[in-house]
Amino acid sequence: MGYALSLTVAMAVLWLMLSGHYDSTLLLSLGAGSAIFASALAWRLHILDGETSPYHKLWRFFVYWPWLLWEVIKANIIVIRTILQPDMVLTPRMVRVKTMPKTDMGRALFANSITLTPGTVSVDLDADEVIVHAVLKELTGKEGFADMAARCARACGEKDPVK
Amino acid sequence: MSDLLHILDILRPYVAGIALLSGGVIVLIGASGVLRLPDFYTRLHAAGVTDTLGTLLVLLGLILLSGFTLLSGKLALVGLFLLLTSPAATHAVANAAHKAGLKPRLGTIQNPSPDEAKGDAS
Repeated sequence: MGYALSLTVAMAVLWLMLSGHYDSTLLLSLGAGSAIFASALAWRLHILDGETSPYHKLWRFFVYWPWLLWEVIKANIIVIRTILQPDMVLTPRMVRVKTMPKTDMGRALFANSITLTPGTVSVDLDADEVIVHAVLKELTGKEGFADMAARCARACGEKDPVK
Repeated sequence: MSDLLHILDILRPYVAGIALLSGGVIVLIGASGVLRLPDFYTRLHAAGVTDTLGTLLVLLGLILLSGFTLLSGKLALVGLFLLLTSPAATHAVANAAHKAGLKPRLGTIQNPSPDEAKGDAS
């Protein structure tokens, strides 16, 4: 019930933000109806859970995202410097990262964070490892991946990542 | 206090212009990286630069220009959805190449010529 309510409220807010209509009763009731209808569809599909409606633990992500943004900016500078070198030197590597968050959501967040950071792309992913392609060998540090995995695990409400 | 806000309001279009210009330059750098880098996997990283910092700076400039309106909220949503979907798309492309058996060039590569990349397609 809490999931359905928070999903409906979130979709109503999205509707108001994208439409910009606040004065027409007809349009507002149609918007409210569509938000409720979409939640009802999600309930009938049995997909209403913490993954489709994660708003009660969203605050954890607001701790993680600024850190990730800063990492993305740092990695961008490294990759841009590499691209602009007149004498380009690349050291591409394929590495297996074994440190993984436990939950599905944590693993998805971890793999997506690796891909979002320029210079590293997650190529393949299963339960206990992710294969990463990096354009420079400096970007494949074990500590960096372990740190990111631990932060992803904490962002999804876990205690410690699998070592 | 209101003086400070007034000064910030005068500076706003200039900061927005700087953000837009540097975003555009970074997108251009990313595009040149796609051309210069030697193989499929390394080119993905150059495309990642345009995906993240380039688009973020352009969106930041547009948000600053539009001020505190509904439009800036929509632009922020564009940025959020872009950051959520673009790594998924990049992973899908890289995963497809890996599954299809495309081998990455590893080791140390110095001054790769763009012609070398053509061999990787086969």
